[in-house]
Amino acid sequence: MRWTLILGAMLAGLALLLAALSFFWTPFDITQMDVANKLQGPSGAHWLGTDHFGRDILSMVMLGARTSIAVALVAVGIGIVLGVPLGLIAAANKGGWLDEIIMRGNDLIFAFPSLVIAILITAAFGPSAINAIIAIGIFNIPVFARVTRAGALPVWTLDYIRAAQVAGKGKALISVEHVLPNIANLLIVQGTIQFSLGILAEAGLSYVGLGAQPPTASWGRMLADAQTFVTLAPHVAIIPGLAIFLTVLGLNLLGDGLRDALDPRLKVMRA
Amino acid sequence: MLRYLFRRFLSLTLSLAVASVVIFLLVEMVPGDPATFMLGTGAQPDTLAALRAQLGLDQPLPIRYANWLGAVLTGDLGTSFAYKTPVAGMILDRMQVSLPLALMALILSVLIAFPVGLFAAARRGSARDTAVMGLTQIGIALPNFWFAMLLVLLFAVRLRWLPAGGFAGWDNPVQALRSLLLPAIALALPQAAILARVLRSTLIETLDQDYIRTARAKGLTRAQTLRRHALRNALIPVLTILGMQFSFLLAGAIIIENVFYLPGLGRLIFQAITQRDLIVVQSAVLVMVAAVIAVTFLVDLAYAAVDPRLRSR
Repeated sequence: MRWTLILGAMLAGLALLLAALSFFWTPFDITQMDVANKLQGPSGAHWLGTDHFGRDILSMVMLGARTSIAVALVAVGIGIVLGVPLGLIAAANKGGWLDEIIMRGNDLIFAFPSLVIAILITAAFGPSAINAIIAIGIFNIPVFARVTRAGALPVWTLDYIRAAQVAGKGKALISVEHVLPNIANLLIVQGTIQFSLGILAEAGLSYVGLGAQPPTASWGRMLADAQTFVTLAPHVAIIPGLAIFLTVLGLNLLGDGLRDALDPRLKVMRA
Repeated sequence: MLRYLFRRFLSLTLSLAVASVVIFLLVEMVPGDPATFMLGTGAQPDTLAALRAQLGLDQPLPIRYANWLGAVLTGDLGTSFAYKTPVAGMILDRMQVSLPLALMALILSVLIAFPVGLFAAARRGSARDTAVMGLTQIGIALPNFWFAMLLVLLFAVRLRWLPAGGFAGWDNPVQALRSLLLPAIALALPQAAILARVLRSTLIETLDQDYIRTARAKGLTRAQTLRRHALRNALIPVLTILGMQFSFLLAGAIIIENVFYLPGLGRLIFQAITQRDLIVVQSAVLVMVAAVIAVTFLVDLAYAAVDPRLRSR
């Protein structure tokens, strides 16, 4: 399935490009309001139209891309760096006290619905992009730990693991050399889901006012602002939503395409 | 089996105890004094002190925690600072919206995901598999609150089939269900897409196992193998995802509750924080966490039911 890889890379690449470009150039300055030209549809001057303050929507979307991608990327990084080792350790010590502690710790974080953590964190420390990253990242840890453990447990029952044990390899070495490669497929799928969820969560948090604060542009805040005008000027609500949708779609297709390209087993099956 | 379940029950109870401490401390960190918030900034210092004493806010931290937890264990969740009504009653009221909404969304999600996942896994690599998986990609990528706005634009504003928001209570069950339908669809569709993909990929993983080849070799049809062997073995990861989804649907509904102006549990917590109604925040979050932990235990029970290896432990 080469086309998913290409389409995904194009969509995700476009979002990254817009985000990178926004550091140097945007069509308009979004701190400049132009109320005389508010809520206009797409035109030659404003390719994607203007919002309720007359700000250029394309410029806002470009700056919003930067916020979304940064928040989601760091949050997934937190989840993988802390969650995967925890899951591997738990699986290697199945039924032991380490397993028990790790899994109960996971249950604990897991028992806090992510949005409630986010709301409590932002209530305690004030809303900001950093606190959004922490709130989303914390929730990613048990996801990766659980998926890693669930994927690793069946691998530990296989004969070649016994062989490796007999050969004198320790649990840590077996986890890294034999278990991890076998569950990489699962982790790529999960990483993709969590990345897209991270972008979606960031959008959701800033939609209820708990993410990046003005003047930092964010797609969620654009949608929240647009809600009042949605019947008047639907494009103001449709464009930021499309930006989130296409970015997440692109990243998911890219992840899927990469998995197919990386996993020789799947390739053989398709042939 | 009983020993396994007992241990799980014990550790989940412990989780809940730790959770109660974490919640208490996080809420303590929320800046702002409830007494000042209730009386306004112009209040006399002695009036303020009297109210703080009446609310028990002048006690040391551990005593306040013990008082709160002791009361919660006897079923008293406290009295709202802002509304002067018992918190338990407020939570029960909100649960009448949040719980049915989460259940509706979960049922819709499973009803959509299982047929889709099975269909795609049975035809892996075919054009139909590709088409169905393409559709699930669209479902996953939809931000649910944006999807909700589009649903409102189409079904409430344009077609006028369903209400755009609000909830009038269960006195008129048909109207209540109609009010929850659009939010439930908005919540369920992205979840269903995720679930269908997980189901498909675990099914395909399972289909590569030797016992599947054995089952086929002994004469079972593709469909029989899929149902009897593959689906049962694929259920464990699927159950994990389902457990996660329920907690997401229960609390994650807060954003959807905002789009549709639904008086649910999430909105209660959100409003209580802005009003510094900390006892409501504390108790409502604890109830929510308890619900999620209860679901985790149910998932454990379900693991034991589908995986015979766990029963011997």
